[in-house]
Amino acid sequence: MSIILDHVNYIYDEDTAMAHPALIDVCLNIPNGQFVGLIGHTGSGKSTLIQHMNGLEKPTSGSVFYDGKDIHDADYDRKALRAKVGLVFQYPEHQLFETDCFKDVCFGPKNLGLPQKEVELRAYEALKQVGFDDEYFYQSPFDLSGGQKRRVAIAGVLAMKPEVLILDEPTAGLDPKGREDILNLISKLHKEMGITIILVSHSMEDVANYVQRIIVMNKGRVAFDDEPKEVFRHYKELEQIGLAAPQVTYIMQELKQAGFPVDSDVTTLEDAKNEILKAFGKC
Amino acid sequence: MLRDITLGQYYRTESVVHKLDPRVKLVATFMFIISLFVANNIIGYIIAALFLIMCIALSNVPPKFIFRGMKTIFFLLVITMIFNLFLTPGKELVSFWKFTITYEGVKMASMMAIRLIFLITGSSLMTLTTTPNNLTDGLERLLRPLKLFKVPVHEIAMMMSIALRFIPILMEETDKIMKAQMARGADFESGSLITRAKSLVPLLVPLFISAFRRANDLAMAMEARCYRGGEGRTKMKPLIYSNIDRIAYLVIIVYLALVIICGRILF
Repeated sequence: MSIILDHVNYIYDEDTAMAHPALIDVCLNIPNGQFVGLIGHTGSGKSTLIQHMNGLEKPTSGSVFYDGKDIHDADYDRKALRAKVGLVFQYPEHQLFETDCFKDVCFGPKNLGLPQKEVELRAYEALKQVGFDDEYFYQSPFDLSGGQKRRVAIAGVLAMKPEVLILDEPTAGLDPKGREDILNLISKLHKEMGITIILVSHSMEDVANYVQRIIVMNKGRVAFDDEPKEVFRHYKELEQIGLAAPQVTYIMQELKQAGFPVDSDVTTLEDAKNEILKAFGKC
Repeated sequence: MLRDITLGQYYRTESVVHKLDPRVKLVATFMFIISLFVANNIIGYIIAALFLIMCIALSNVPPKFIFRGMKTIFFLLVITMIFNLFLTPGKELVSFWKFTITYEGVKMASMMAIRLIFLITGSSLMTLTTTPNNLTDGLERLLRPLKLFKVPVHEIAMMMSIALRFIPILMEETDKIMKAQMARGADFESGSLITRAKSLVPLLVPLFISAFRRANDLAMAMEARCYRGGEGRTKMKPLIYSNIDRIAYLVIIVYLALVIICGRILF
């Protein structure tokens, strides 16, 4: 059930003076069950890229395959695809519309044409999965805090039981506590349900702790595509394209240059702590 | 699909038409519309077409872009034509069942179609070559005499400029909301009229909420910068006529005279 992008190009506003390429020759293979971080500066094409993965945008040239089938074949059921490749947009305000949270989460499964019982069951399950409190179930989604709105939005997509979950900047505009909650939640979903997760972000710090693979986009091209530690080795190049490696990387690099015997490849705070303690002979 | 609506969108490029004073373009568009209703024979419309082609050529806006906006009024166009075709009394041309098509009906329908197409093309050319800000500045200046009759000209102009400014923003927002709902399996394109109307609810609710929020924020931002209406407000770039503007006025007067003479009096 992998997603494959084969030489995908996409041009916005083709045939006008405003035409500009958003994606240039993107080739990717995202296998089942992977936790991927998609990182890029604002306008690097990451949002456009994920909209290709569930068929919301059609590539100007090149093809997108899901499960070995070209999703732009004339007889391909793209509506079914969108249930399999769930996409949570950046702003929950763009999708919440019902009078209460529960009904809103029902919207997705209802569109799949499921019986009412199944719809409600799925909605309940999804809201529980995102750790949403029972007492807010019948509250208007517009009265919730940013973090809670986001939970409802994620539940709205989860209720369709996707095989791949794509989240566009799920932590934007949240306070540190809210960020951590949402990221932990996503990580939990990956572990417990074993679904493929693509996490879009512009912050390395956010994704470094969680993902198995990082794809860095720059001006519509894939700049790096590797394991986090391999990508962070290029921290100087990352800075040139307006991104930065996590602070841990910088500290470890500097410690190494100062002559301490540390492994500069660590990416998480926890590993870094252990490395430093080891270097000082404390454990 | 929403990208197809070009009415009220500015097309950034360099051209003589872009450089014209907005007042000239407003007056020209107005004159052009009048000319469309004055002319009632083919020669008048040929002159109007030539004038329009000249303007488009001078404006450097790709014709493809101008006519893309036509798709949105296609429906209106068809309805107008049908009504005119069947409901105009006169000399019978074809008749079947309860319907009769008259000679006058055909004439009327084609005239209406031409008028509508030219009207939309002409006015979208104006909005494509004039920034919304310029447009309302021009309008404000043109309507200034109405202040004598206590018409709040500045306020009207400000409301218009805000409305125009928000068209692309809200359009983009609609596009995003649509995608977000489509990602949840919403279908905006199939089903009966009633199901389709119902399917708009998930689109309209977030759109209205966001529009109200934006309006609130904007009002706050204007107040924070001490906006309090038009009294005593000066312009950073006051509108001043230059020589091209005078030439343009001349061209328009000549054009209107030509249409009146050829389209009404001579033939």
